[in-house]
Amino acid sequence: MTTRMFGEPIQRREDPRLVSGDGRYLDDLGQDALAAAFVRSPYAHARVTDVDVTDALDVDGLVAVYTYEDLDGRVAEPLPLLIPHPSLHAPRTGYPLANGIVRHVGEPVAMVVAVDRYVAEDVASLIRVTYEQLPVVVGIAAALRADAAVHEDVADNVAAHLVQEVGDARAAIDAAPHRLHLDLDIERSASTPLEGKGVYARWDPADRSLRVYSSTQTSTSVRFAVAAKLGIPVDRVEVVTPDVGGGFGVKIVHPWPEEVLVPWAAIRLGRPVKWTEDRREHFISSAHERAQTHAVDVGFDDDGRLHGLSVTFAHDNGAYTPYGIIAPIITSTQLLGPYKPGAYRVEFRSVYTNTVQVTPYRGAGRPQGVFVMERTMDAIARYLDLDRTVVRERNFIQPDEMPYDQGMIFQDGRPLIYDSGDYPAALDKLKKLIGWDDFAAYRDQARAEGRRVGIGIGCYVEGTGVGPYEGAHVRVETDGTVVVATGLTTQGQGHETVFAQVAAAVLGVPVEAVTVVTGDTRRFRYAVGTFASRAAVLSGNAVALAARKVRAKALRIAGEALEVDPRDLEVTDGVVHVRGTPQAQIALKTVAVLANPLRYAFDAEAARATQFAVGGSLDKPPVADDDEPGLEATDYYSPLRSTFADGMHAAIVETDPETAEITVLRYAVVHDCGRLINPRIVDGQIHGGVAQGVGGALYERLVYDDAGQLLNASFMDFLMPYASEVPVVEIDHLETPSPLNPLGVKGAGEAGVIPGAAVLASAIEDAEGIPITRMPISPSELWEARREGRR
Amino acid sequence: MHEVSVTVNGVLRSATVPARRLLSDFLRHDLGCTGTHVGCEHGVCGACTVLLDGEPVRSCLLFAVSVDGAQLTTVEGCRAPDGGLGPVQRAFHECHGLQCGYCTPGFITTVTAYLRDHPDPTEEQAREAIGGNLCRCTGYQNIVASVLRAAAIQRGEA
Ligand code: FES
Ligand code: FES
Repeated sequence: MTTRMFGEPIQRREDPRLVSGDGRYLDDLGQDALAAAFVRSPYAHARVTDVDVTDALDVDGLVAVYTYEDLDGRVAEPLPLLIPHPSLHAPRTGYPLANGIVRHVGEPVAMVVAVDRYVAEDVASLIRVTYEQLPVVVGIAAALRADAAVHEDVADNVAAHLVQEVGDARAAIDAAPHRLHLDLDIERSASTPLEGKGVYARWDPADRSLRVYSSTQTSTSVRFAVAAKLGIPVDRVEVVTPDVGGGFGVKIVHPWPEEVLVPWAAIRLGRPVKWTEDRREHFISSAHERAQTHAVDVGFDDDGRLHGLSVTFAHDNGAYTPYGIIAPIITSTQLLGPYKPGAYRVEFRSVYTNTVQVTPYRGAGRPQGVFVMERTMDAIARYLDLDRTVVRERNFIQPDEMPYDQGMIFQDGRPLIYDSGDYPAALDKLKKLIGWDDFAAYRDQARAEGRRVGIGIGCYVEGTGVGPYEGAHVRVETDGTVVVATGLTTQGQGHETVFAQVAAAVLGVPVEAVTVVTGDTRRFRYAVGTFASRAAVLSGNAVALAARKVRAKALRIAGEALEVDPRDLEVTDGVVHVRGTPQAQIALKTVAVLANPLRYAFDAEAARATQFAVGGSLDKPPVADDDEPGLEATDYYSPLRSTFADGMHAAIVETDPETAEITVLRYAVVHDCGRLINPRIVDGQIHGGVAQGVGGALYERLVYDDAGQLLNASFMDFLMPYASEVPVVEIDHLETPSPLNPLGVKGAGEAGVIPGAAVLASAIEDAEGIPITRMPISPSELWEARREGRR
Repeated sequence: MHEVSVTVNGVLRSATVPARRLLSDFLRHDLGCTGTHVGCEHGVCGACTVLLDGEPVRSCLLFAVSVDGAQLTTVEGCRAPDGGLGPVQRAFHECHGLQCGYCTPGFITTVTAYLRDHPDPTEEQAREAIGGNLCRCTGYQNIVASVLRAAAIQRGEA
């Protein structure tokens, strides 16, 4: 019997390869390729007045040096603005190599190609660039003061200004019985996958075709972008994503300067070229996120119910806006979480600074939004002397109010309508899991022993599975194996396993019979990419839809072969049989043979489908007008709008009364992402997300000095958590299916990270009794906050 | 240029390389053993960990010439004698101790050496044992479970 594949915590299919050293990541490929290295700006804002390569040219093993002057055609144009928006009135993007001005430390100025990376770096160090320094803008306050401009023609440093309002928020706040104002800040962090970016390109001059390998989150779009930039017909370009060592958002941006320049150089030189990003390059020349400052005004009644909420915030977008204003749009909409805000007004400015560009990092604006809303909830509870969960509960959208329209426009340009969710039930589970109601006694007891402990809570709603679409191709081979291809990419989420589960469940085959290919444009050409917790929702459903077509076709052909009504057939363990009559059966692989009428018998199986072997009516063509050969199908899933997952986290922390060291004692998660395809993998996603949330709350920040130098651009100084810093995560699930898609699933990839800063701020505030308004928080900052009586 | 010979996973290998060639690059690019990964090249992440005469070392912090004649074990060498998954590899698979797999070779070599000397660790000791390796994907919880599982497998409690 076929085991129930969908919903089972099966082990991952990709693991045997990856635990044995048989994975193939970008830098494992192209061992014979030339190596690229880049000269990058040491200044945050400067005019490039001269690039002198004289000393560099003598180095043995040098192949080529390129500066902006060498670029031609569209390669010399600015990189694309990927997501335009009407409110992004002053978008700016960089050039593949700086065109006269550099706007952040790390911006590429010259490209070196040499026999290996050692030599390429030797050459890079010998290239003398003369800079004329310009005034530097670092931080949101400086950007808004606009004493200097990052882009000469954007004098106020404001790239975008957006207002959304539902009702008259300011009037509602004024009329409310109680009002509070809060200022809440979050600092910079970054995705920081353990593998940096990388590009490897091979040009075949005889075939006039280009193969590009990139450690990207979107191979299909890199393909279109590279073809357009280089002026090559799209049909002559293939982009392949090998195994990727983590993405977390940063690898969705494209084309990176290197994704344009490496193929460009490979074509010019007629030789394969590879660039592998090193750690410092990743820190200073990829992308960061999170830095925002928020001002909140809220009006509420005696019960803690919101009457009006007004949030004004500023988003530091760094030097360029290639990804538009997606992150602040998400903050402005997802801030609402599981609550009814009464009237709501949100206004943000996205500002330029002379720092690395800002694009989505797992959570993408949500951690900031949730921090703002949850700090506000805690402030109301404290003001009214109510339990923090009670205030939340009173503001929850109720299950019978679903679908719930928040009246706003979401990041996909579609209405912010929650499809399903049961927030009271989730809170109930969380309170039980963490022991919320018993905590006060524990806190008092700890106090009596001279210990400080606190409990915190954070709730969120996450729009997942944004469109426009993904597709999948499913084929049953004549040996019975099933091949699934989908265009989006994989960075460790276990897609080979979950998509195989979906296909196996629909087709009635063992999961071992299914192989899955992702992110290879040779296999599937139309796709969007992996971001916004969308893979399981979009490609998962596309795989299911394509597999259903294949199954229907298999039953039709089997019905003809067995001379029975296809409606009486089912498929079990790869065998089509009459329900209840196991003798009348035909293997799926035989159906695959029959699905492809043949003239030539290239093997014994094929012989069964040749023209003198098959029966059938002589009045009909071998392939009917509305049919195609092969047991295969392609289908696409395009959602009406996003599906909204939700979750609630609670944490217990202890703070040291002397040293202000912060220890997370317990961390509990209740998570609802609709139906689970593989609970083991979902739990893993939550574990990893929570670790990033804890890192972002207590350890990780990117520190720029006033000159725009990133002071901690290494793993020695940027404190990514080790095992000793990450708490054990206790998880409980709720499964509220999405009514929007056939599988009833919602996304799960980002969830774990979202409420981290909110939960830990809440818990530290509870332990300390002083307001916590800025995250991350270090022991020394907590110590300072104690002295000031606030933070 | 220097001729460097090492025994990698039981096989004698040699190549002629400049004095500055890092052991990590030597393994990956000169010998083609790409299972060993680099995540930082400054000794912090542990992805490049290999066993040098049985002891875990960061191959990004060593020059290949400095280990001439040594015995090296990489993740490729942590397999079972029959070529199947070795106990630590099997445990990571069973416990979902990896996601992207980029850090995994460093964990597997580190844990292999640790369990040789500490066959029956507690959960706390298991966490301590992996305390010098960075993973951005898993949050470590399932890696700790993998260490305990690997110990159980090695003790024959399959
Ligand atoms: S690559 Fe050697 S420790 Fe990170
Ligand atoms: S599994 Fe991706 S870094 Fe550890």
